[in-house]
Amino acid sequence: MKKHPGQRSAALLLSLLIPLLLDGKPAHPTSAQAREIVVAAAISLSEAFNEIGRLYHQRTGDSVTFSFASSGELEKQIEAGAPVDVFASAGQKEMDQLQAKQLIDQSTRADFARNTLVLVVPTGSKAAPHSFTELQGPSVQRIAIGDPKTVPAGQYAEQLLRNMQLWPKVEPRLVLALNVRQVLDYVVREEVEAGIVYATDVNIAKGKATVVASAPDQDYGPILYPIAVVKDSSGAQAARGFVNLVRSPDGVRILAKYGFLAPK
Amino acid sequence: MIWPAFKLSLLVVTVATVLIGVVGTGLGYVLAKRQFRAKELCDAILTLPMVLPPTVTGYYLILLFGRRGWIGRYIYSLTGWSLAFTWQGAVVAAGAMALPIMVKSARAALESVDARYEMVSFSLGKSELETFFRVTLPLAMRGLVAGIVLSFARALGEFGATLMLAGNIPGKTQTMPLAIFEAFISGEDRQAQVLALILTFASVATIYLTNILTRSQRSA
Repeated sequence: MKKHPGQRSAALLLSLLIPLLLDGKPAHPTSAQAREIVVAAAISLSEAFNEIGRLYHQRTGDSVTFSFASSGELEKQIEAGAPVDVFASAGQKEMDQLQAKQLIDQSTRADFARNTLVLVVPTGSKAAPHSFTELQGPSVQRIAIGDPKTVPAGQYAEQLLRNMQLWPKVEPRLVLALNVRQVLDYVVREEVEAGIVYATDVNIAKGKATVVASAPDQDYGPILYPIAVVKDSSGAQAARGFVNLVRSPDGVRILAKYGFLAPK
Repeated sequence: MIWPAFKLSLLVVTVATVLIGVVGTGLGYVLAKRQFRAKELCDAILTLPMVLPPTVTGYYLILLFGRRGWIGRYIYSLTGWSLAFTWQGAVVAAGAMALPIMVKSARAALESVDARYEMVSFSLGKSELETFFRVTLPLAMRGLVAGIVLSFARALGEFGATLMLAGNIPGKTQTMPLAIFEAFISGEDRQAQVLALILTFASVATIYLTNILTRSQRSA
């Protein structure tokens, strides 16, 4: 076969890349002392929990790996035997189901934060509604909420829309997202005219999404986040340490910094 | 959930397969028969969706066709409509993911056609278009059909890019792979099982069909 002129430059490119791949630090810490715990948490907690995780690492030397997704998705993963030490859910239902299957250590379960729902629209959008009732107006084509099957924020949003008698009109316009952050992303990218997210979510989309209405939580809530140690945890001691840190004054302070309220 | 997802999958995949059958054959023809400078680069770019994670392809599709995308914004300002969250969006996603298979198959099938037959046609005064339809296409037909069948199978299984561009709306954009995913993560294992079985059966049938088509091409 005739040698293609590109072959030599391709070989050169590869020889440059390979040392890059081989370089770097060993993937695992050599110290046998440092342990690792895995925390599965509702995605709305991501910023606050990352900060609590750093604090936990500073204090104990143990590292925390987070798995952020919708609470319903995480619940199914834990049911399927995912190696998780701590579960923090945005909904009681998900935790209840794990408790009914005896997959969490009931004695460690506690509510640690509270949240509320808001209506967000793309900043500067002309078609955007100004209130929940305007969601039934003609300018609104699409409204994003979390998929009520797996996303607690979507369950609360459905409850709210039903209580406000808006559900039948609004339902055909709904776009169901895989988690609450995807709802926010749809709003930021202006793929939808409005979305229903947690009050705490909006901080990460500063300038791109605007809150136009808040909903009092007697209409759907209260939204209380439970946390618990998973029964199969291989590091139950460390896992309890993390739960305690979340509930400690330092944990509460960090959660409050990101807008979470104290549980009632 | 099963029946609407099945119907929608069939619609999306049929439209996508017809589109990429035509577009892919055209692109395959250009790559097989024409000589131009950036040819292998074009081939590489067209092959990208085959090797990129579907989510990356989906991301690019949103950049192009989202309501504020490079192309999508013009469609939206003209029509007030956008591909995002529509079944047409699912067609575009499935089509983009399956196009490389069609282009590769078409290029190989068209390259295997002996150029002398085309030369004869040209020397008899037939245009390139007429030569394509009366000489090249019939000779490459089996390879092209195999490509179409494989593209159909790939489009049927499309998940990641569809989820990103078309979302996951039951009855509107929720195709079978998405319905399986949702049934699984929401604990409806029976529905997931039924849908998985249907998809498995359809995929085995397609591969079987492709094998038969390509085998008889060799013995022909």
